[in-house]
Amino acid sequence: MRLTDAEKAMRDGEGGAAVAKAMDLLIRYGEALGAEALVETRNVTGTVTATTPFMRDFALERGGMDAVFSEFSLDSQEVVQIPKVKAFSSHLQLGFDPHHPVEMGVSEEMVRFYKKSEAEAARLGVQILNTCTPYQVGNVPTRGEHCAWMESSAVVYCNSVLGGRTNTEGRESVGAAMLTQRIPDWGFHRDEGRRGTLGVHLDMPVESVEDWGLLGYWMGDWVQDRVPVITGVGAVPNLPRMKHFGAAASSSGGVEMFHLVGVTPEANTAEQACGGNKPLEVRHYGPRERAATLERINANGTDRQVDYVMLGCPHYTIEQIWEAAQLIEGRKVHENSALWIFTPRAIKEVATRNGYTHIIEAAGGKLMTDSCSAMSRAVPPGTKVVALDSAKQAHYLPAILGLQAWFGTTAQCIDAACSGRWSAP
Amino acid sequence: MNSTVNAEAQADAGTGTTILIRGRRVVPGVAEGEALVTTEPISGWGGVDPRNGTVVETRHELRGQSFAGKVLVFPGAKGSSGWSAQFHVARMMGTAPAAWLFNQMTTKVALGTVVSHAPAMTDFDIDPLTVIRTGDWVRVDADAGLVTITRK
Repeated sequence: MRLTDAEKAMRDGEGGAAVAKAMDLLIRYGEALGAEALVETRNVTGTVTATTPFMRDFALERGGMDAVFSEFSLDSQEVVQIPKVKAFSSHLQLGFDPHHPVEMGVSEEMVRFYKKSEAEAARLGVQILNTCTPYQVGNVPTRGEHCAWMESSAVVYCNSVLGGRTNTEGRESVGAAMLTQRIPDWGFHRDEGRRGTLGVHLDMPVESVEDWGLLGYWMGDWVQDRVPVITGVGAVPNLPRMKHFGAAASSSGGVEMFHLVGVTPEANTAEQACGGNKPLEVRHYGPRERAATLERINANGTDRQVDYVMLGCPHYTIEQIWEAAQLIEGRKVHENSALWIFTPRAIKEVATRNGYTHIIEAAGGKLMTDSCSAMSRAVPPGTKVVALDSAKQAHYLPAILGLQAWFGTTAQCIDAACSGRWSAP
Repeated sequence: MNSTVNAEAQADAGTGTTILIRGRRVVPGVAEGEALVTTEPISGWGGVDPRNGTVVETRHELRGQSFAGKVLVFPGAKGSSGWSAQFHVARMMGTAPAAWLFNQMTTKVALGTVVSHAPAMTDFDIDPLTVIRTGDWVRVDADAGLVTITRK
């Protein structure tokens, strides 16, 4: 790989041992990819804190938070002292909500350890946003901005909706990027990597959040990690729709970028989105595909008694909390069921000022932050059946926790929470 | 007696036959082990459990099977950006694959194989998914760009 003089100096230790380890990892990673160079980035999102007993034990045995960052964020088995980060860096969601340790089944001791780790991340200069949706709370890349982001649902949003440029990074590569402001110049950083190669034509209106989730889940399963170009889009989808669509497509497949012709920034026309080429194949999406996808997502739902309803994957917007609050106001969560809603802490602050937190709690639900059930592996005690308005969460919860999952609209989910039953078809 | 055959003629190759394919080094090193082959992409976070080195994805054909110490032959990675962290932890817990052979390069699989420290290869002259069967003995010499397959 071609390195600039500044990059060679970092590799050779001019910025200290941790920066040298970071550059060593970026070189190994760049060469694995077949990248020719690194690109500068000043916008990183990732995870650096420690929330698992495995990491806590590792920190205790190996020398604290520097050891955790060295191993888990730089792939360095030698413990190096970690300097403050160079790049603007945002922290992603965690393995639990530190404000709800009892619900999350986390010990006080683990919360204390996490808080030490959070304080260390903050000391390094990592913004404690603690959400899978950094673009909701202060980190909105501009078109063309080179980023190094983790979190597949955020990556696809950054590339597709905002026109920022990022690959799906991992914990180690974002750790290295935070210290060096570099990431391999490969894939979605380059014009040729962003061009659409497959076409999806909508034969039916795709309008609700549920509609977009189903389309995303169907599309991801087909295109895997290629870039689809969607034509026939009617009503312009808003943030919750795009968030849900990308999250679903990146769960059933590995979609990191899509183009909605007439909507997203690099797709004024289908020709532009494909870089002047024709798509290799075009498939049509209509009522038959929609129905088959709904059936597929709900394939492991058999028991209609719902123990738990989880909303907020990806983290709810204030608009979605407003909607949920209106749906549940004056009603009660069923005694055999539970309702947890997840959002960034900054948005919960707004929800509380607007009275939504009170409405949700008065109904017996909880508005939680920092995490979700898939990340935390935490659900209310005894949960066997869960209802969700997120295709992504419905994809992961059965695999991670062995639950039955029902997927539907937010209104169907709130009804299930209040009746304790899944009554949608 | 064992014989070495052209990979294109492998379909008829019987027990003990040795097959060679060539590719590009992704992660340096040499390792060997029993092959575990899937034509389905693999999810990291939510798709595997690093505590015991098994695939847990609900609809995956390898669900419940262990990749620990195996030569994992697969099309590529999919799913969450937790891919590398899962296999990083698997390496520390001793449940990572011994080597990796895959077709589709992505940042997930590049970083995950790098932090696993296990030899990895891609860009093959012959698609390993058409040549290697689960249970075959496979030697991966990533430095030489050479995969040696012994039919079980």
